[in-house]
Amino acid sequence: MTTQETLITPADGALFEAEPRLGRQRGLWSDAWRRLIRNRLALAAMAILAVIVFLSFIGTTYGPTARFEPNDQQPAIKFQGPSAEHWFGTDNLGRDLFARVLEGVRISIQIGLGTQALVLVIGLAIGAGAALGGKLSDNLLMRFTDIMYAFPDLLAIILVRSILVGRDIPVLTNPKVIVIMAIAFVNWTTIARLVRGQMLSLAERDYVLAARALGANRWRIVYTHMLPNTLGPVIVALTFGIPFAIFAEAALSFVGVGTPPPAISLGILVSTGYDVVQRNAWNVVFPAGAVALLMLCFTFLGDGLRDALDPRTR
Amino acid sequence: MTAYVIRRVLWVIPVLWAVATITFLLMHAVPGGPFTQDKSLPPAVNEALERRYHFDEPLWQQYGHYLINLTKGDLGLSVSNNQEVSEVVRRTFFVTAQLGLLSLLVAVIVGMTLGTVAALNHNGPFDYIGVGFATIGASVPNFILGAFISIVFAVQLGWFKLQGWGGPLEWGDVFDTGAYHWDKVVLPVVALSALPASYIARVTRASVLEVLNQDYIRTARAKGLRETTVVLRHTIKNALIPVLTVVGPLAAALVTGSFIIERMFSIPGLGLETIRAVLARDYNTIMGTTLVFTLVISIANLLVDLAYAAVDPRIRYR
Repeated sequence: MTTQETLITPADGALFEAEPRLGRQRGLWSDAWRRLIRNRLALAAMAILAVIVFLSFIGTTYGPTARFEPNDQQPAIKFQGPSAEHWFGTDNLGRDLFARVLEGVRISIQIGLGTQALVLVIGLAIGAGAALGGKLSDNLLMRFTDIMYAFPDLLAIILVRSILVGRDIPVLTNPKVIVIMAIAFVNWTTIARLVRGQMLSLAERDYVLAARALGANRWRIVYTHMLPNTLGPVIVALTFGIPFAIFAEAALSFVGVGTPPPAISLGILVSTGYDVVQRNAWNVVFPAGAVALLMLCFTFLGDGLRDALDPRTR
Repeated sequence: MTAYVIRRVLWVIPVLWAVATITFLLMHAVPGGPFTQDKSLPPAVNEALERRYHFDEPLWQQYGHYLINLTKGDLGLSVSNNQEVSEVVRRTFFVTAQLGLLSLLVAVIVGMTLGTVAALNHNGPFDYIGVGFATIGASVPNFILGAFISIVFAVQLGWFKLQGWGGPLEWGDVFDTGAYHWDKVVLPVVALSALPASYIARVTRASVLEVLNQDYIRTARAKGLRETTVVLRHTIKNALIPVLTVVGPLAAALVTGSFIIERMFSIPGLGLETIRAVLARDYNTIMGTTLVFTLVISIANLLVDLAYAAVDPRIRYR
């Protein structure tokens, strides 16, 4: 038994370490990357997102875009339209709208990415647990997923958010963390189903069978063969999850049950702007346009990634 | 087939029970109750109130009571206005159902027309316009669209009104022509149906394109059928099946959309009532509206699955 293992392991290792150097240059990921940048819409979306991310994370403290503090009130100049001084105009308290929109965009992106990071952990754990853990755990976890799927999503987010708000637990004093946890609580079901489905179908593939025949143990098969092959569809689903999270945050903030103040989220900006739309419509147009632009870019990126990572669908 | 239908219908019951349980636990995990206010009530009043709504009982007993009453169709009393929750739900659902069905109808008509036109004009100008509309409609949130169209058409042009619902508010008003105000209906329906419409347009376009490449379409053209017959009889009918599958998820999208749109346009429906109940911690109303929403989504999915089986004879359910 031991001799057999020592015989197989080096061969097994050699198989997977000698090949890749040649293979990786034209591997799955570089091919996918080449297909992605050939897609003009996805490329444009990535370029715009890069500019937006740069402006909202670095441009708020350095450079020509860091001109006003988002909370600086100058009541003398309230409700101004766009000008050379205030690029997006000013709001009902004379605050610079450009600075506020940048701040809102930063929060939206943080919430989008944070949610999907949490969704990845939960979805991967539950999906893999269902696919690999045997019949009983598959049944239990998938029925639980079905029930969560039947739950009206925005309603569940509102309920979870209302539990988390106003607690004295250290991490939860951050309004963004509250919203991230609430959205992730409902959004993981897609990833869980996807991971389970992928893993169940991968387990039947010939190369997994070959790996098993070569004596690779269970975890090695999961880590080196199944997980990387599950990754493509998961990345696509996560990319589409980002605009959902941005939408959910903005929509719920708009109706007053989203990111708790003092955060300046895009939804809050649209909501306060909508209240004063008769005085200055720009107060709605810019934050609403920012939400739409962010969601469009992530959707185009998701479309591009889907085409790039799964050439069969083209 | 019959066994499948029965099993699917029965599956709704455990889903409702599970949703009721999760909601119950979530609500009671919130610190404070509906009577925790800025000005504290006299202890005797507070006690009497809690006894009236059974909040003085241990949690498991409240839960048991709720489930037993639920089987009798009793959703309890609303804490905020002392009305029967079943009455509140019936009234608000009547408005939400009008909004939802109207939006679904608009979405199906607009979406299918746009998708078919785009597919028949493959790679032509109408195709690009249709795809562009579908992409923007699918990624611009309904409240952003709602804000833009209400700025332009209500604030600037004054064509439509913004506050309230333009349909009948009670069953008794259905035949009263005075209860209909179309200038209040258009904007919320447009805002709510844009997303489903663009979704349906996308699926229809893909589906029609696929059918147009089939051999039987070539046969139909080869034997000299008129183009309208080919399109209407042979193509659209067969392209319908994939479209049908997205209607289920879209019903769910309409339900969740109602939260935002009803709040935005002050429409007294189920979504607005739910948000009010959450802010007021009106436990029984939250439970009631959550269960109704879940039931609507479950029924929509069930109907779509059954319609799917009825339309496509290749599908066999076990």
